[in-house]
Amino acid sequence: MPRVWQFGDSINTDDILPGKYAPFMVGEDEFHRYAFAHLRPEFAAEVRPGDLLVGGRNWGLGSSREYAPQALKTLQVGAVIAESFARIHFRNLLNLGIPAFTSETVPDALRDGDTVSFDLAAGTIARGDEVFGLEPPPAFLQEALKEGSILAFYQKYGRFPGEGAKRAPNRQPS
Amino acid sequence: MTPTSLPDLRGLTLAERILSVRSGSRVRAGELVVVSVDQVMVVDSVAPSVIARIENDLGGRVRNPERVTFVLDHVAPAANVEVATAQADARRYARERGIRIFDVGRGICHQVLMEEGLIQPGGVVLGSDSHSTTYGAVSCFGTGMGATDVALSAASGRTWLKVPETVVVKLTGERPVGVSAKDVALTVVRELTAEGATYSSLEFHGAEDFTLSERMTLANLAVEAGAKVGLVPPSGEVLEGFSVPEWLVVDPDAAYVRVLELNLGALTPVVAAPSSVDNVHPLSGFSGVRVDQVFVGTCTNGRLDDLHTVADILRGQRVADGTRLLVIPASSRVLQDAAADGTLTTLLAAGAVFGTPGCGPCMGRHMGVLAPSEVCVSTSNRNFVGRMGSSEAQIFLASPAVAALTALTGFLAAPQPEPVVA
Ligand code: SF4
Repeated sequence: MPRVWQFGDSINTDDILPGKYAPFMVGEDEFHRYAFAHLRPEFAAEVRPGDLLVGGRNWGLGSSREYAPQALKTLQVGAVIAESFARIHFRNLLNLGIPAFTSETVPDALRDGDTVSFDLAAGTIARGDEVFGLEPPPAFLQEALKEGSILAFYQKYGRFPGEGAKRAPNRQPS
Repeated sequence: MTPTSLPDLRGLTLAERILSVRSGSRVRAGELVVVSVDQVMVVDSVAPSVIARIENDLGGRVRNPERVTFVLDHVAPAANVEVATAQADARRYARERGIRIFDVGRGICHQVLMEEGLIQPGGVVLGSDSHSTTYGAVSCFGTGMGATDVALSAASGRTWLKVPETVVVKLTGERPVGVSAKDVALTVVRELTAEGATYSSLEFHGAEDFTLSERMTLANLAVEAGAKVGLVPPSGEVLEGFSVPEWLVVDPDAAYVRVLELNLGALTPVVAAPSSVDNVHPLSGFSGVRVDQVFVGTCTNGRLDDLHTVADILRGQRVADGTRLLVIPASSRVLQDAAADGTLTTLLAAGAVFGTPGCGPCMGRHMGVLAPSEVCVSTSNRNFVGRMGSSEAQIFLASPAVAALTALTGFLAAPQPEPVVA
């Protein structure tokens, strides 16, 4: 069962992956081992596929570096749940296929080390008998996440989720 | 487009209207949409990553090359072999793929796209640069994104967007003489703080008297409050100079998450003091600060009217001893116009030093970086630690008028100096 990793407010992209452990510094196959190297040195060794990362306000502020979410992807993090996200990092997470949920209440209710179950499609987290509801991802994202990520979806189908076989109208401003 | 094909737009904000029309169905804040993109703008420093993404991850295909534009502006002319190589690669790639490219010296991406008519009211434009919010000056949904998003857009002709909520800045009253659009924009950032409009669309109501250039200054700084897009409803110069779709209007029933009222009549000239853009104070508190470099330029304030403001103040006088005045027009057209109307001569006679149209030292890579302990007054939009060179240098952001008066006196100076008692 996934465990919860609590991080708190204002986790920046240097916290997620310090710049000195960027892929070009330590290697493409290695950099994920340094996720949260300063903040939680045990994280990269102990995190298990599907674990949930929980933060407070403005998760992912700072540099738009994509290797920060890439490290989380390689470690197969199940989802990031935060009170709010920095915009570019939020897009990076979803483009790479890491579900990202915004919630005012759930981040506060979850404690570091909690063991929970997580239903992505329903948007629910259960801790024993307690069930916390997240707003389930929109259909667009659910479809993309089935293929792994928005990028993977586009590569496979040559279109975005929800566009159907028919292309979206390519409207011009009149 | 015939009006009959429009979705129901009643009660929608400008951002919701643009994205509804674009996606062909009524959408509200919070929904995800996939929309076509009129232009994907890529600057020199991001081009290598975008090209690599397209080639390695996205099948090497650019769907509509005529809707992709490269601009070599951030470090132009190239400052070292690495930059020169990246620019050479971008040129070659653009030529091979039929991508439009504006080369070294044409000017700053945002300015050039506006001048070239690539930005239209009601459109959607993505840039690899955060100040792509500038396009909101004509109510074009302009927003900045990272390399993967930009590459995906270039490859697909489309992008996904979360429809933003809207924060309205309602400008009332008359602007006093000496209070510029830059002062208004900086005051807005102070009031909202650097994260006050995160994810949101910032709509500027009451800007009917603002020129196109002034609207660009407002929309440019929207991102400094965290906004995804900064939209000025079409009026005045924009209605005259652009074709504006009928539906692109403010709906009295639109729902906003916040309305910030700002009485222009109460504003004074301000500066953003080191080292954040929302650290905004009345200029009067800094009158003793000695300034080493004055930089007039950038996508915020490097246009012809800005150069006019500076020239009018400097005409017939000289820049103070010990202070450098660096002027970098936002584009080659601005430079040509300034040459044609005599502004250039006035500024040169006053002791200004000119640089190639482009970003100049705004990002601290070349052409006027700062030494430790130096103080710079800049008409740009960011004053973070180390932004323009040494991390021990200090940057004050201000209007062109404040910049010009500072150049004259060597000290931070306001457009309406208080009477000095001799
Ligand atoms: S002038 Fe400065 S802020 Fe504007 S695009 Fe260039 S580097 Fe960015």
